[in-house]
Amino acid sequence: MTFSQETEARFERLLSSYPEGRHRAALIPMLMYAQDEVGLVTQELKEEVARRCGVTPLQVDEVVGYYTMLRSKPMGKTHLQICTNISCLLRGGDKLWDQACHKLGIGHNEVTADGAVSLEEVECIGACSWAPAIQVNYDFRHNVTPDQLDKLMDQLRGAQ
Amino acid sequence: MLYNPPHPAETKILTRRFGLPNSESLDTYLANDGYKAFLKATGMTSEQIVDEVKISNLRGRGGAGFPAGMKWSFVPRQSPKPKYIVVNADESEPGTCKDRVLMENDPHQLIEGVLIAGKVIDAHRGWIYIRGEYRYLIDIMDRAIDEAYKNGYLGRNIRGTGFDFELSTHTGAGAYECGEESALLESLEGKRGIPRIRPPFPAVSGAFQCPTILNNVETFCAVPSIILHGGQKFADVGVPKAGGTRLLCLSGHINTPGVYEIPLGFPMMRAINELGGGMLGGRKLKAVVPGGSSCPILKAEECDINMDYDSMAKAKTMLGSGGMVVLDETTDMVQFALRIMRFYQHESCGWCIPCREGTLWLRKLLTRLNQGIGTSDDISMVRELAGNMLGRTFCPLGDAAAMPTISIVEKFRDEFEARLARPASSRMPAPGDLVSIA
Ligand SMILES: Cc1cc2nc3c(=O)[nH]c(=O)nc-3n(C[C@H](O)[C@H](O)[C@H](O)COP(=O)(O)O)c2cc1C
Ligand code: FES
Repeated sequence: MTFSQETEARFERLLSSYPEGRHRAALIPMLMYAQDEVGLVTQELKEEVARRCGVTPLQVDEVVGYYTMLRSKPMGKTHLQICTNISCLLRGGDKLWDQACHKLGIGHNEVTADGAVSLEEVECIGACSWAPAIQVNYDFRHNVTPDQLDKLMDQLRGAQ
Repeated sequence: MLYNPPHPAETKILTRRFGLPNSESLDTYLANDGYKAFLKATGMTSEQIVDEVKISNLRGRGGAGFPAGMKWSFVPRQSPKPKYIVVNADESEPGTCKDRVLMENDPHQLIEGVLIAGKVIDAHRGWIYIRGEYRYLIDIMDRAIDEAYKNGYLGRNIRGTGFDFELSTHTGAGAYECGEESALLESLEGKRGIPRIRPPFPAVSGAFQCPTILNNVETFCAVPSIILHGGQKFADVGVPKAGGTRLLCLSGHINTPGVYEIPLGFPMMRAINELGGGMLGGRKLKAVVPGGSSCPILKAEECDINMDYDSMAKAKTMLGSGGMVVLDETTDMVQFALRIMRFYQHESCGWCIPCREGTLWLRKLLTRLNQGIGTSDDISMVRELAGNMLGRTFCPLGDAAAMPTISIVEKFRDEFEARLARPASSRMPAPGDLVSIA
């Protein structure tokens, strides 16, 4: 498998960032950066990353099964993450979550039929003082109102 | 950039550069005392540096509050193994969002703190373990690191001092447990985030089984000021036994939530009324989560208290990670307790049984109670189950789940009883929640 120049450069840097003989340390970051490019952790990707980090595909499976951000299932073109943890809950994050499920007709870790949007109820994303907060892929949106969420979802569905 | 306008009640030490034009750049950092502390430290012995940190009374800002200078002195410097520095930037304790503003607004302050720690134990390599959700911060830190390399503040023979140091970021991938120091070290090595048995502590056997200083972002960020202006000056800002300032993450039902830098010992009610601008909609205060979701909750009448380690311990709670969540009279405490338990159950790594099973049983019980299903005995069972987890799990995640639960059930039991007295809601519980735990 080959990756974009930028990703390859990241991998090279990663592999030189750990002590001699400890390439396994690059495994999780490499999976994250590769997933950003490929969209999910495919079998082919697992084998490629295993080869580059000097581990077995089983050792890759072990971490993919543990970390919630590593995905074996395709997500939508845009991944919408809504925090409902305590600070967001007090500021209406649970209502944003219901609103999104209702409008998109999908639930936790599901994708709309057209593949445009996937939805995830997430735990605290470190935006508690700007709650309720959501993440659109990696972008943070703070102090989100129901109206803003509604417009955002229209945009995401229309954009494909 | 993410920061709130300075408030007159703040004491700005770690955040003093926030708001300057390009505060994240090396130029701005250098123009405002940047890297002077590191250069000063290169003329000091390890003992002198550790002494300053001890005098400063700096305690770890990640949650446990362990004295930083003492932790640094545990590293066996004569060990022939390489030594490492690890920054805990996993920031996932619900209610906490301070490491984020520190890295976003002043990344070089963190790099300088790491360099000084490296100098103390003669480490030449470090990693900043940043939670995966903070991708944009990883990019900011990577840019700052590149800038530091280009200008000779990282790499070989830093600014002609003869000291070498390599630093890189390392992304997490979504796991609260990886904020726990030993699970973090497993994760750093490319494995599942499962805690290690201690001792040995990371100071003796940490990253790649080598002596390691591991601290929270905010802890490292305090170090340059301590070295530059002396430990005593930092200590003087706080209260005896706990020096300096803390970043308080205010959230919940208040008018002006934000991250504020306050001296240790700052009164909690002033934080709510002055920094927080008072209660939202003029409603009444009901309770406060003082330092992240794992801390025992305080009832309104217990909040007339100073925020330092001793006063909090007297009130049977903790300063924790600085995530202070303010709850008004409209808050449903049963739902709140359930939301906290859903988090810990989801994040339990599954390694030890009291935590894996305990959080699941508690989640099921609380789900049913929240739906008005169960008996008064079930409320007592929540209390008892949580009590049985305390101190019996492999790492403190079990305690983190049990402590707030116990306090909520004890202090707000009437709300649980009232929920049961109502006719059961028409919503049927999900099948999975009906499984008997008896
Ligand atoms: C379940 C759990 C999660 C934790 N999460 C974090 C975290 O996200 N960030 C952090 O700095 N410390 C966290 N800690 C505390 C660390 O284990 C460790 O005490 C801390 O990073 C040490 O740094 P300090 O002494 O500077 O506070 C967590 C602890 C536990 C038990
Ligand atoms: S609780 Fe939602 S971001 Fe922290």
